[in-house]
Amino acid sequence: MAGASKAVMDSRANLPFVYRQYSPEQLREVLHKMYLIRRFEEGAEECYMRGLIHGTMHLSIGQEASAMGICMPLAEDDQITSTHRGHGHCIAKGAEVSRMFAEFFGKTTGYCKGRGGSMHIADVAKGNLGANGIVAGGIPIAVGAALSAKRMKTGKVVVSFFGDGANNEGAFHEALNMAAIWKLPVIFVCENNGYGMSTSTARSTAVKNIAERAAAYSMPGVIVNGNIFSEVAEASFKAVERARAGEGPTLIESKTYRHRGHSKSDRNRYRTKEEIEDWMANRDPIALFETELRDFGFIDDQGIQAIRDAVAKEIADGIEFAKASPAPDIAALADYVYTEHA
Amino acid sequence: MDAVVRELSYAQAIQEAMAIAMDMDERVFLMGEDIGVYGGAFQVTGDLVERYGSDRVIDTPISELGGAGVAVGAAVTGMRPIFEFQFSDFATLGMEQIVNQAAKMRFMLGGEVSVPLVMRFPAGSGTGAAAQHSQSLEAWLGHVPGLKVIQPATPHDAKGMLLAAVADPDPVMIFEHKLLYKMKGHVPEGHYTVPIGKAEIRREGRDLTIVATSIMVQKALDAAAVLEGEGIDIEVIDLRTIRPLDRQAVIDSVKKTSRLLCVYEAVKTLGIGAEVSALVAESEAFDYLDAPIVRLGGAETPIPYNPDLEKATVPQVPDIITAARDLVKGVR
Ligand SMILES: Cc1ncc(C[n+]2csc(CCOP(=O)(O)OP(=O)(O)O)c2C)c(N)n1
Ligand SMILES: [Mg+2]
Repeated sequence: MAGASKAVMDSRANLPFVYRQYSPEQLREVLHKMYLIRRFEEGAEECYMRGLIHGTMHLSIGQEASAMGICMPLAEDDQITSTHRGHGHCIAKGAEVSRMFAEFFGKTTGYCKGRGGSMHIADVAKGNLGANGIVAGGIPIAVGAALSAKRMKTGKVVVSFFGDGANNEGAFHEALNMAAIWKLPVIFVCENNGYGMSTSTARSTAVKNIAERAAAYSMPGVIVNGNIFSEVAEASFKAVERARAGEGPTLIESKTYRHRGHSKSDRNRYRTKEEIEDWMANRDPIALFETELRDFGFIDDQGIQAIRDAVAKEIADGIEFAKASPAPDIAALADYVYTEHA
Repeated sequence: MDAVVRELSYAQAIQEAMAIAMDMDERVFLMGEDIGVYGGAFQVTGDLVERYGSDRVIDTPISELGGAGVAVGAAVTGMRPIFEFQFSDFATLGMEQIVNQAAKMRFMLGGEVSVPLVMRFPAGSGTGAAAQHSQSLEAWLGHVPGLKVIQPATPHDAKGMLLAAVADPDPVMIFEHKLLYKMKGHVPEGHYTVPIGKAEIRREGRDLTIVATSIMVQKALDAAAVLEGEGIDIEVIDLRTIRPLDRQAVIDSVKKTSRLLCVYEAVKTLGIGAEVSALVAESEAFDYLDAPIVRLGGAETPIPYNPDLEKATVPQVPDIITAARDLVKGVR
């Protein structure tokens, strides 16, 4: 934490967690990144509509506070595993949007050199071990990364992001159990946006809150409002402290909502327009955070505009970078299947 | 009546078959992820939930292993489940129940039970969905005694083979290439079946036999049409079933043409092409061969995201044309 003066600290004493814990610069940077996630996904969506990006994509618009809050207390070399809805996690963990766009455009400058696309976006250098095309696929992998951290005494903690739908896969249950019996430095983050594709949690899941699953594996289960940055960051902060202290895993359920359809082929038949509009109008995580920042005097309208302008430029530059980057050579088709030997 | 030939898409043909199966037999029901109000990831179940209700069109949680096992259990005890994997790639999560349980239960219990189970697997590349949503894993299941594995290549067969699968007392695995779902073709009304285990000659020819599966059947036909202009006369066999294989159809054709090219999308090695080649090599057709057997299959890589790389990973019409021409002309 950047050392705020005692006077400033006292004036913040009654504010929510993040406003006491982090400096104004750090918090403005969080707003910047939330916008970056939002505009990145809007940009990717537009490129898809215009036929510049193929395949499909899963947008996390509406879930930005969750990605940012969880990653807030992480150090650069801490690690995450992510999901098919992983653009926000990737940016929150420090990825550059230019190389993400390049990946979506299938270019060699992309994070996966054009081999992975949206569903496999990663940034290994920044600790993001990858999005995943398999629901719950990343959860045991995170436990393995935490096992490495413990055995190799690196001090790293590992976060596994997954959706509410993933909590009904066997991999989720097996992974939580192992993390608990071996007291591994891993944090399970269920981003509960109410639906796994078209299936609501009420129809798919026997418990009301996914955090209740934690009891079966003897770890703390914490529920947070995933659209309030400070709440998410506070829960993550505590879980990270616990993990670093060798006390084992935590399950955080971050309740949130995706504004867009599941993927590019969703007709939203399983939820109402009113429900979607209500979340967009009344619980938009960026609007909520921006309002708090302004109300608490951490930013003014000019500052907000400056962030929006900077983000718009980063997005435009990123798309240009992606367009101008080279496509992979067909002759390189078999690259990366196995490790190259010198 | 017959003046107008009724056309349906491959997806519609499957949907119609499932509706007919449910109309004919109370025991038939559908299970899978997002097959209800969403209509299935590829809109194959469509509005069936509105017509048959959520007791017969059941959305499961995202639980492939459990879901597959529930289907096995229901099949063994008198029901007739049709289970949809959202993508064939997720067969990897259901593998335990498919391979260890469904395939072997009748055998292990000395014939005391049967497992009348149908599983559907949307398969293949070409949609930009990258390495975990584009695989062709049919040969994996084709390796397991106790299972039947089919790959209908036309809307007509998609319907008829699904109805044959529902009537079959044993577990039938259906691999449906995702790019075929929009393909249109003649589909007769009402109930009919297309037998499991029988290949179909799609085009007769004298110079070369192409044995193809699934989407490669149409590609082989397209290649054959081009080569006809060069005076090369190709026979195209649609294998349709990979377990049990229609050996005789392949043997008879190769005896006639003396040349064999196998075309399939799955990774080339240790796949269906190896099996078809070996069955010819082991048969009397071997003596009729005028040239080495050639296989055209998928590259030895996962399916890449980049669209040009993705196309280069699986055989395309020009690849088939070149391979067929070289084979007939003796170019090696
Ligand atoms: C093993 C597996 N089953 C099914 C799918 C298809 N699928 C992709 S995302 C998804 C829904 C996931 O829901 P959830 O975990 O809640 O994440 P969300 O999409 O809501 O972020 C489904 C069914 C898959 N990719 N992997
Ligand atoms: Mg969800």
